[in-house]
Amino acid sequence: MTDTLLDTPSPPADALGGPLQGTLFRFATAGSVDDGKSTLVGRLLHDSKAILADQLDAVTRTSSERGFGGAAGGIDFALLTDGLRAEREQGITIDVAYRYFATARRSFILADCPGHVQYTRNMVTGATTADAVVVLIDARKGVLEQTRRHLSVLALLRVQHVIVAVNKIDLLGYDEAAFIDVAADVRAVTTELGLDAVHVVPVSALVGDNVVDRSPHTPWYEGPSLLELLETLPLVDEIESEIEAFRLPVQLVLRPQGSVVVPEADAHRYRDYRAYAGQVTSGTLRVGDTVTVSPGGGTTVVTGIDFAGEELDLAFAPQSVALRLADDLDIARGAVIAAVGTLPEPVKELTAALFWLDPRPLAAGARVLVKFGTSTIQAIVPEITGRRNLDTLAIEAADGLEVNDIGQATVRLASALPLETYAQNRRSGAFLVIHPQDGATLAAGIVVAAGGAS
Amino acid sequence: MSITNLAAAPRPAGAAPHRLTQLDVLESEAIHIIREVVAEFERPVLLFSGGKDSVVMLHLAAKAFWPGRVPFPVLHVDTGHNFPEVIAFRDATVDRLGVTLHVASVQDYIDDGRLHDRADGTRNPLQTLPLLGAIAAGRHDAVFGGARRDEDKARAKERILSLRDEFGQWDPRNQRPELWNLYNGRHTVGQHVRAFPISNWTELDVWRYIEREAIELPPLYYAHDREVYLRDGMWRAIGPVSAPLPHETVELRTVRYRTVGDMSCTGAVESDAASVHAVVLEVAQSTLTERGATRADDRISEAAMEDRKRDGYF
Repeated sequence: MTDTLLDTPSPPADALGGPLQGTLFRFATAGSVDDGKSTLVGRLLHDSKAILADQLDAVTRTSSERGFGGAAGGIDFALLTDGLRAEREQGITIDVAYRYFATARRSFILADCPGHVQYTRNMVTGATTADAVVVLIDARKGVLEQTRRHLSVLALLRVQHVIVAVNKIDLLGYDEAAFIDVAADVRAVTTELGLDAVHVVPVSALVGDNVVDRSPHTPWYEGPSLLELLETLPLVDEIESEIEAFRLPVQLVLRPQGSVVVPEADAHRYRDYRAYAGQVTSGTLRVGDTVTVSPGGGTTVVTGIDFAGEELDLAFAPQSVALRLADDLDIARGAVIAAVGTLPEPVKELTAALFWLDPRPLAAGARVLVKFGTSTIQAIVPEITGRRNLDTLAIEAADGLEVNDIGQATVRLASALPLETYAQNRRSGAFLVIHPQDGATLAAGIVVAAGGAS
Repeated sequence: MSITNLAAAPRPAGAAPHRLTQLDVLESEAIHIIREVVAEFERPVLLFSGGKDSVVMLHLAAKAFWPGRVPFPVLHVDTGHNFPEVIAFRDATVDRLGVTLHVASVQDYIDDGRLHDRADGTRNPLQTLPLLGAIAAGRHDAVFGGARRDEDKARAKERILSLRDEFGQWDPRNQRPELWNLYNGRHTVGQHVRAFPISNWTELDVWRYIEREAIELPPLYYAHDREVYLRDGMWRAIGPVSAPLPHETVELRTVRYRTVGDMSCTGAVESDAASVHAVVLEVAQSTLTERGATRADDRISEAAMEDRKRDGYF
């Protein structure tokens, strides 16, 4: 079957590069070294016709120049995703690479995360924007320490959909009992981590079993193929728009003061135009709804939802809009406009989980900047209360955090914010930790509890 | 792209009320990024060549700040090898939108000896020095570009906000992680940030958006008859800087351009796609990437783009 990899791709007539009315689904891949992740990504891209002829030519040429005799039809699929010279020369993946493909049902953004170097850093980067994460494991090796760590990170980041692809099932002779054993080990770990609705799929990236189409080699597997899952799982925004309260962090105030681009006859209508621009991060809003603004706690009514000259009745995540309000409140960048009565009291202290991403370690007492939504403020980390053991998820004593550690700490803010936990609201409860001098992103933070150590 | 078009984006009939289409999501993401950069930086500028990606960028900026004007100038690095119809389009567009245009001229750098023409005649790699000069002269701390991750393997690794040192260099091994939709634009004196709001768009997304929003483009993106000659498997236009060699035969062909760079290194493709919808269908069925099909400068080596980006190119 490997010879199909050399076919010149041509898009299916009904796909035309993806559906015009379709949605955009973001997913990330993660796996340990030699789990076959590059082959799986190559297979997905190839079988969904996302690899164009000149890219395939270049990869085929380089593969044969390097004497790649791999079973995937002589193509080293890693060359497709390893974009940097150093990566190709050293045969390693350094950084997250983004790939784009579409089927007749959906368009996809794939964040291909390297497995072995700085895994936490790259996993966190890929997972924070993902609707789903595909974790690869080698069917012959089962659940490894690395797998467990990947799943721990995904559990802490509350990734919506986790798919475990049990790869190289062909090398086990498509043995159902062997797959059941691995799947049971996976379930034991995910249950322990509190990850529910984890999908486990037996695949062979090399042969193509259950990647795009369900395989005749695994008649005992009745679930969907990997691609079928990716095509049908609901988007995070679709789920959260329904259950979370409306939030819009204000990016800037639109106040053109007469310098407008509308036709001259209409210009007088915009002389006193004032609207608050931002992206809806959760929930829905209708014209006429009452909103609360923080800081200040003022309440007013939404008189208009503008989108570049179009007046909307309704706004929902992740739309970028501009809101007109009935009252002149003091609202600047960094403010949050929220459904009335849904914002908690502003607090100056929180307990956070920190995914430490910088090679410079964190020590208690560090002064940093934190960015919540559109608000960047000064903060101190007075106390590091522990570090996650990624094998057990238990919090162990620690007095500092090193790169790739996931720690627990208290954070004291220079000004009070209406904090929500990450469990309550993913966007409101997430923040960046930034170096106050050089501006480096030091950590990804999530609010575990508002109002101090628990 | 007239501003009256901005309000005319048709909503897809019958779409579920709480579901955005792919184009809506990409548009919203781009506008969010553009607004973040304008809010957090002092002196942003948009690289504007008149090419389709930069035209889409300007359209998005106009939507982000409606009913106000685009609150930053645009910058064109003019190699002196541009298609004349693209330069005319560039000037008409900035006029209509009331946007300030700055031009950094490669020719000026060659005339006064700071740059020299290359043996292969392409001026695309020569843009870096005038670009960095214009960024420094304008004291720009943020530079918007229309680069997309689907264009090239090196660009697939690029961040949406990409920090550059005082030499404009990209350090791909030391990029800031980008988490959730929180963008970190902090930088120190001498550094600047390149911002790529349409990173996640594909060539097809760009064309579908141009169709949906009825955005005007330079005419050479659509099929037209042109005198061309074949070189390195690409149809090259006849022009002052792209003359055929004696053994190359000039023919009249119906062609269009998928990318618009220098006349000296951009090839046309044979095409009958004379309307935006025809182009959308053609792009959807293409089996070649746009740069592979049309850009001599990217065929130099497998890492051609990475090397130029490290040096400060986009």
